Amino acid sequence: MAGETEQQQVQAELAAADAVRPEQHEVAIRVRGLVNKFGDAVVHDGLDLDVRSGEILGVVGGSGTGKSVLMRSIIGLQIPDAGEIEVYGKSLDTIADEEESRDLRRRWGVMFQGGALFSTLSVAENIQVPLREYYPRLDQRLLDEIAAYKVAMVGLPPDAGPKYPAELSGGMVKRAGLARALALDPALLFLDEPTAGLDPIGAAKFDELIRELADTMGLTVFLITHDLDSLYATCDRVAVLAEKRVIAIGTIPELLATEHPWIQDYFNGPRGRAAASGNQTAKRP
Amino acid sequence: MVARADFETSDGASGAEVRFTGRLTLARLGDLPARLDALGPIASLDLSAIERIDTVGAWIVTRTMRDHGAKVTGASADAERLLDALASDKSDYRVHRDRRSALNRMLEQVGTASMAVWHELLGMIGFLGAMIMALGTQLRARRRLRWHAIVTRFQTVGVDALPIIGLMTFLIGIVIAQQGAVQLRQFGLEVFTINLVGRASIRELGLLMTAIMVAGRSGSAFAAQIGTMKLTEEIDAMRTIGVSPMEAIVLPRVAAATILMPLLGFYASLCSIVGGGVFCWIGLDIPPLTYVQLLRDIIPMTDFWAMLIKAPVFGVLIGVTGCYEGMQVRQNAEEVGQRTTSAVVAAIFLVIVLDAFFAVFFSSIGWN
Repeated sequence: MAGETEQQQVQAELAAADAVRPEQHEVAIRVRGLVNKFGDAVVHDGLDLDVRSGEILGVVGGSGTGKSVLMRSIIGLQIPDAGEIEVYGKSLDTIADEEESRDLRRRWGVMFQGGALFSTLSVAENIQVPLREYYPRLDQRLLDEIAAYKVAMVGLPPDAGPKYPAELSGGMVKRAGLARALALDPALLFLDEPTAGLDPIGAAKFDELIRELADTMGLTVFLITHDLDSLYATCDRVAVLAEKRVIAIGTIPELLATEHPWIQDYFNGPRGRAAASGNQTAKRP
Repeated sequence: MVARADFETSDGASGAEVRFTGRLTLARLGDLPARLDALGPIASLDLSAIERIDTVGAWIVTRTMRDHGAKVTGASADAERLLDALASDKSDYRVHRDRRSALNRMLEQVGTASMAVWHELLGMIGFLGAMIMALGTQLRARRRLRWHAIVTRFQTVGVDALPIIGLMTFLIGIVIAQQGAVQLRQFGLEVFTINLVGRASIRELGLLMTAIMVAGRSGSAFAAQIGTMKLTEEIDAMRTIGVSPMEAIVLPRVAAATILMPLLGFYASLCSIVGGGVFCWIGLDIPPLTYVQLLRDIIPMTDFWAMLIKAPVFGVLIGVTGCYEGMQVRQNAEEVGQRTTSAVVAAIFLVIVLDAFFAVFFSSIGWN
């Protein structure tokens, strides 16, 4: 009898989890009329954005245009003053049920700018935190194995697992942060300036890693970046934030065809041209 | 029907043939790994009937392949990609630090702790030496002491501490007088309460209480401030500009603590005596004037000198301990907390040890 009720409970949990099915949605994130204000400063005013399933969307914009605020709004760390945000057809606002919101939350992984690793836990323990939180029934052996292969997947060295964040270099902290973001095998990955503070070689390797993981795991990636090389190397489409909304979204050639002065400055400035030419020479056989 | 991860088995020649169904993902895993382990030898794994697979599902498949030498059939392109990504050998990827036996660990902890105490002591002596050298250099180069920095510390170390030190020692004066009076009354010698309060306050308690309070208030503040400055690389920036952190950060703090300890100690002794006086007046009917007159006869000047000699030493000790611990911060915010704690603990401990030495010393030179 006990076994049967447990069975029912498991079934109920699975049915709840089924409500959010990433593969059934063409649009992963839908933002409509988003308004964010801090006191008198309006950061977003009627911002619209669609992130398609399976794409890597780069989000660019000058400092203070609210790229991070947009990400924080989508993942529910910042409560918007107005507007609707839907992730896989569900809005965090309208979800009253704690269980349902947990189900939505485990569909995404977030990598913060500074890594945001828990400093008192080792890298492996950091990766296991979300696993333990959502799946307390996993046995320790499988947890350890998962941590080990995640460490391997993000390209950390074999001895990185037992190390503490303070013992890692900047690039390794980013990779460990990515491993934790990927712990639950999310469908949606948020990256806040993943290559900031890395040297060009490390940054290029990180771009490659993101592209590779996205292809292998079929990820949808929301990538905030200032790094033009990253945009060319990884993104399917790019959204440009300016004037408190998304002024343009599309592939880089599409954006180059627009007349907007900021976009022209951004992609046709000295750095933009260097990144573009570097990308073309790299792609030539 | 919810597609949870499951499998069917059929017996083959060289072991079970496993056919997975449903979704082989983390969310749908359930007790599948355990049930899979319970099977005997596995010959093949059929993935043709699964709906979805993620890295955890792929890992289970990879693990079974590795452990049983099983073959995989019917993998979709997606599954194939994931399996390829996980195929390389992960056995050298470590998750935990090496485990050792309890005895081994205990011995190691005792050893590490002993060495840590020893290194701490050496480090502190070295730090004191470096500070004295820095003071020497500063004076020889005829650079003026940073009086502004020192005087700023007077406010935080001294003036701000007056109310709490005053109140604390005032209450302690009352407690000593009250407890002493109860005992001395048995012999009809209540008037000796004045001796007890007067001498204990001036010679020991006033200063000791002040030292504990200053270590807790200012020693900890020194350690936390300097530790945070180390983390934000302010100290390094200072060095590269050519400003000696010893001169700019450490010396003013230690100087302030050294100059203020005698003043605070004397003030604390007075407060304690006032507290005792209040009790004598109310509890024992000794009028304040008599109390003060008797104190003049009872307290020898040597008690006062003993306090004045001890006070600056305690001040140096508290200042140096706080600054030294702050300077030892290397890694993260957690360490600032640890170092601050050990600054306070070490300072209070050393003050009490040193006070015991002073007591023996003053007795043996006849300052009774």
